[in-house]
Amino acid sequence: MLSYVTRRIVGAIPTMLIIITLAFFMMRIAPGGPFDSNHRLPPEIQHNIEAAYNLDKPVYQQFLMYLDRLMHGDFGPSYKNKDFTVTQLIEDGLPVSARLGLSAITLAILLGTALGVIAALNHNRPSDYGVMAIAMFGITIPTFVTAPLLTLIFGVYGITLFGFDLSLPVGGWNGGAMKNMILPVTVLALPQIAIISRLVRGSMIEVLNSNYVRTARAKGLPSHIVVVRHALRAAILPLVSYLGPAIAGLVTGSLIVEQIFGLPGIGRYFVQGALDRDYTLVMGVVIFYAMIILLLNLAADILYRILDPRVRFD
Amino acid sequence: MVMPATLSRNAQLIVRAQDIQGRSLWVDARRRLLKNRAAVASMIILAVIALLAVFAPWLSPYAYDTQDYSVISCSPAWWPDPNVMCNAGGAHWFGTDSIGRDIFVRTLYGARVSLAVGFVATFVSLLIGIAYGATAGFIGGKLDELMMRVVDVLYSLPFIFFVIILMVVFNRNFLLLFVAIGAVEWLTMARIVRGQTLSIKQKEFIEAARASGAGTFDIIRRHIIPNVMGPVIVYVTLTIPAVILAESFLSFLGLGIQEPLTSWGVLISEGANQMETAPWMLIFPALFMSVTLFCLNFIGDGLRDALDPRMRR
Repeated sequence: MLSYVTRRIVGAIPTMLIIITLAFFMMRIAPGGPFDSNHRLPPEIQHNIEAAYNLDKPVYQQFLMYLDRLMHGDFGPSYKNKDFTVTQLIEDGLPVSARLGLSAITLAILLGTALGVIAALNHNRPSDYGVMAIAMFGITIPTFVTAPLLTLIFGVYGITLFGFDLSLPVGGWNGGAMKNMILPVTVLALPQIAIISRLVRGSMIEVLNSNYVRTARAKGLPSHIVVVRHALRAAILPLVSYLGPAIAGLVTGSLIVEQIFGLPGIGRYFVQGALDRDYTLVMGVVIFYAMIILLLNLAADILYRILDPRVRFD
Repeated sequence: MVMPATLSRNAQLIVRAQDIQGRSLWVDARRRLLKNRAAVASMIILAVIALLAVFAPWLSPYAYDTQDYSVISCSPAWWPDPNVMCNAGGAHWFGTDSIGRDIFVRTLYGARVSLAVGFVATFVSLLIGIAYGATAGFIGGKLDELMMRVVDVLYSLPFIFFVIILMVVFNRNFLLLFVAIGAVEWLTMARIVRGQTLSIKQKEFIEAARASGAGTFDIIRRHIIPNVMGPVIVYVTLTIPAVILAESFLSFLGLGIQEPLTSWGVLISEGANQMETAPWMLIFPALFMSVTLFCLNFIGDGLRDALDPRMRR
């Protein structure tokens, strides 16, 4: 196992290098430097600023310096948020984004698995079709439609059900209060709930038809034990291998969700950075996210190997 | 057919076999697809939306970019009403936005851009994917290994971020948007084509073609490509919604289509900002987009069921 992990990490290095190189050189071919402005600075000052950011050195040297700084966890200064380094901005947004993402993935796994199992147990019956119809909605309707619509329903109009006020705050972080989390987490989790429920339904149907489940039933085990202890364990495997793409999906979704609900996460800095052409910030966030995605992919693969003894570490 | 009594039994069988209408994969698939009510309904709805998009300039008296400050944020109305200022000059079916542009015509223009991006970018991904996948699969060996390794590496990149960087660097170029999204989506296409090619390459009919003297190019063109088309078509119908989604995603963030041109993503983004006062700005474009995505997904599912030979009765 150790050798497998080492090999995977070593294998991830070229990928990471490609990402960094791509990001770096794409930024370099951008027309206009970060300190070009409408009124031209006197040449000496322009030169001094560029020297301060090492922009006067040859490109390959800049690249090596950037790599060197990355090794030390330094993404460089933000060009537009003066006095902030990109690392500071990422550290600032990380707790918000991480909490949002973890809550969403937890919700998606729990709810998606439950829905998938229900659908599989009622294969080709109304509750199966119901779950699959909901899943179709979840997959087709994008985050940036559900977010404003839910905001409209729960925030702007407000809903009172049986005397309970169901209206929710539609913006702001408020120190991560539960109430503020509900809508963003729901919106972020919806597509994943849909995909996971379809995934679990499919594999569950297959497992339920397998011989060992029939044996378990035949020897008289109660149905819930068959489902939970025997079938679900095997049916959950495709879900584990889906976790990698799910994380990537959540990261993309968080760009939208943080924007709409005004949450101070990394995604919001990224979008703002992209609109402001804050090159170092955009590059830093891309590299950071790529690293997270690669790491979580690796974690999912290891988990898969631990859960499925048929797959060996070789 | 009248059988001459003199023919041997085998000859009779051969003559009878010539009478049987062959059912090709495509005939079968079309029949199965037409039986799928969700898919057929989706095709009709999609055709209507596409026609509306194509004929948008003639369907509404308003231009998509004309600002009319006498009809700011008007709610939807079906008929002109001289007593209401909003509808005195004519009805705005889907209402107007905060600078007095007609939402109906803007939604249709949004459909033009979104559908165009969807089809063009998918076509780009199709071209790259087929060329790449067929080459890797048919030639095989070391080259195949290398080419697929490249795909694997690219797969693990958070690609939407690179499209965002591209849009930042090149300042939201319309054409680039098409190509960039297409360049993102070809990976899965290449994998599918390669996998199919690999399995078809082993089949006897390829061997037969080679034995009867067909060249490599002829084999790829006449035998490989027609046989990989099934899964590819299915994947294409599922790529189009993904591409539309990607474009809208970028436009929503303000990194895609630029004003005054519009797409569904832009409209939904504008609508989301105005939804307290003008919910129709959000609801109509969102409805059009969702319906389109639904239809494309249903058609894709229908095609998959229709083309999957295991479904053949």
